[in-house]
Amino acid sequence: MNPIMDIAPQLARGLSITLTILVASALFAYLMAFIAGLCSLSKNILIRKITGLYVEIFRGTSLIVQLFWLVYAIPILFGLSLASNWVIGVMAIGLNYGAYLSEVVRSSILAVAPGQFEAAIALNMSSFQRMRLVIFPQAVRMMLPEFGNYTIQMLKGTALVSLIGLNDVLYFGNILRSSNLSYGPLIYIMVLVFYFILALPLIFLTRKAEKVAKKGVASS
Amino acid sequence: MNTNYWSWDRLTEAFPFVLEGIGMTIAVTFATFLFALIFGFVWLFLRRIPNRSLNWFVTWIMEFIRSTPPLVQLFFLYFAWPVIPYVGVTLSAFTCAVVGLGIHFSTYIGEIYRSGIESVEKGQWEAATALNFSIRDKWLKIILPQAIPPTIPMLGNYFIILFKEVPITSTIGVQGILYMANTFGARNWAYIEALTIVGLILLALSYPSALCIRKLEVKMNTRFNNNANKKTNKGVTSQ
Amino acid sequence: MTEPIVRYQNVHKSFGDVEVLKGIDLDIYPAEKIAIIGPSGSGKTTIIRMLMTLEEPTSGDIIVDGTNLWKMEKDEKMVKANEKHLRSVRGDIGMVFQHFNLFPHMTILENCMTAPIHVKGEDKKEVEQRSIEMLERVGLGDKIHNYPSQLSGGQKQRVAMARALVMRPKIMLFDEVTSALDPELVGEVLEVIRDIAKNDDMAMVLVTHEMDFALDIADKVLFLDEGVIAEQGTASDIIEHSQNERLQEFLSRFRA
Ligand SMILES: Nc1ncnc2c1ncn2[C@@H]1O[C@H](COP(=O)(O)OP(=O)(O)OP(=O)(O)O)[C@@H](O)[C@H]1O
Ligand SMILES: [Mg+2]
Repeated sequence: MNPIMDIAPQLARGLSITLTILVASALFAYLMAFIAGLCSLSKNILIRKITGLYVEIFRGTSLIVQLFWLVYAIPILFGLSLASNWVIGVMAIGLNYGAYLSEVVRSSILAVAPGQFEAAIALNMSSFQRMRLVIFPQAVRMMLPEFGNYTIQMLKGTALVSLIGLNDVLYFGNILRSSNLSYGPLIYIMVLVFYFILALPLIFLTRKAEKVAKKGVASS
Repeated sequence: MNTNYWSWDRLTEAFPFVLEGIGMTIAVTFATFLFALIFGFVWLFLRRIPNRSLNWFVTWIMEFIRSTPPLVQLFFLYFAWPVIPYVGVTLSAFTCAVVGLGIHFSTYIGEIYRSGIESVEKGQWEAATALNFSIRDKWLKIILPQAIPPTIPMLGNYFIILFKEVPITSTIGVQGILYMANTFGARNWAYIEALTIVGLILLALSYPSALCIRKLEVKMNTRFNNNANKKTNKGVTSQ
Repeated sequence: MTEPIVRYQNVHKSFGDVEVLKGIDLDIYPAEKIAIIGPSGSGKTTIIRMLMTLEEPTSGDIIVDGTNLWKMEKDEKMVKANEKHLRSVRGDIGMVFQHFNLFPHMTILENCMTAPIHVKGEDKKEVEQRSIEMLERVGLGDKIHNYPSQLSGGQKQRVAMARALVMRPKIMLFDEVTSALDPELVGEVLEVIRDIAKNDDMAMVLVTHEMDFALDIADKVLFLDEGVIAEQGTASDIIEHSQNERLQEFLSRFRA
């Protein structure tokens, strides 16, 4: 019997959790990134301060701590078992990486050449049109590589949800190892390979994004 | 069942308990960082060997280590390594943490070294050759003095990122602050206060350091007016 | 005598403690071609940027077509203009920049079409046709689907002019539009400006160091020196009759 063929289907049982957590938390993180990124450029000082607080708290502490903290805090704050651990995992990863990515959004918008802004004014665009037609399309191109990199980080982060009892790839790896100790090395290598296979498309997309980012943005 | 409310008393009780782990957290951070700094050179040298297939291979090994979860890498070392025939020895949790996270982070550090060297302009290499420096002098007097300074803020950033990653080693039993918080939680059936303290400790240490590094970055950028910073933001949670 | 389309009334501008414009009075009439010359740092760019609403005057008024550009009435008091007011006034003004500032993510045709469609709400088909005509006029009819990065500096600047012209402004501002170009590309851009000056009836304000060209096409030349208009008049006034020593010295440096 080929052990690899035995182990792979067992680990594959965790794919749906790993993938749904990744997709949901990535979407949530992107959303938070744009909200917080734009808020950090707001004219309103209160909005800026609140956003800064969110960003610094989530960047200043660890994902694993935020994850555990939310598991215990959400029942206290919002009543018992309001949210499943799946939701909590998505929240923790999304809030954490949303904070990091908001800085990417912010700095990309600021990195659009000031001349672009001025040309848009000279064409009498409203502030919303300037953002939508001129600044944003260029800023997004610059953001893409970092969004790719951070999505790979998020994939790595999803392994933590096995610690709060979610049945992801690592969870099934752990279960399998506890009943076949001598296969431990093979099992964990295969878990790593699973994650790597999931990361591969992200790696290639990121490389592609780096090429896109180099084109189509004003240099002066 | 867990206690379902917040208690200030428990917070004051948890504080000294959690704080007992801080020494270990910091020790792991420094030891791991040192390990990563040294191991980073291994990647650097491997990639400078002029052999295409070796280069390709090393690049993908680095990519593999970098894009898979450090948590699984720790589990591999701690739970699985000892049962491997011939090479397998039982490693302490501390050793696993240092080696596991160290190798993981060394792949980033190696990139930083590389970007530092690449940030030295071509003309400088040519000038050093034209002036007939020995290989040793070329590196010591011309290349490294220019390559190292711009990497310092980047290394600093990764030090902070590493510090925030260290709490995952509590899962293999390294008795840092998160481990202590979980112990306290298990004893009292109440985790929230102890975890809050962990968060505050992390924040109190990482935020001021991050501010310092941002300052340093600005200084370096104006002094060396150098684009190495931008090149390697292939980042773990980079700034 | 027609009314001026733009009036500067005692306009001052400071950056921090430094006063760069010290009381500018200037009338611009419809279809008038004005050249602003003067030494570097004298405030030429600042004058036209204030009209384009890119820089706010420290004091004084700029009146565009009878409306105060930077101030508006609110509760029977004159207050600082808001974005809406600025938009309603600056629609008649267009500008061409030293560094082109084309939108790199749009084709050349899209560069020209965006603003008329989104800002003025014009019909897409009509705008497209007008844009293509304009691009043909500046000699780029065969490049309409290219991106700015595929063009030379001179071509980019011609696109920038077409983009501004498609908006049909009543006043066009040119800020040293040839000074970022390689010398051999300057001519093609000047030719386009000359063509516009001859055939279009909008007012033009040119800030330029191309002295001969400026003196050739301008109805009125302003010599700006240390934040004031030190001399003004027709080209021949300026060249032949001015007693201003600094102007004479300035001209002798720039003209063969
Ligand atoms: N945004 C700004 N902040 C501070 N100072 C400024 C700013 N813009 C212009 N200045 C200063 O105002 C003065 C006039 O600038 P301006 O660009 O109008 O001069 P100019 O006549 O166009 O010069 P040049 O021929 O070099 O383009 C200069 O001394 C310049 O340094
Ligand atoms: Mg100027």
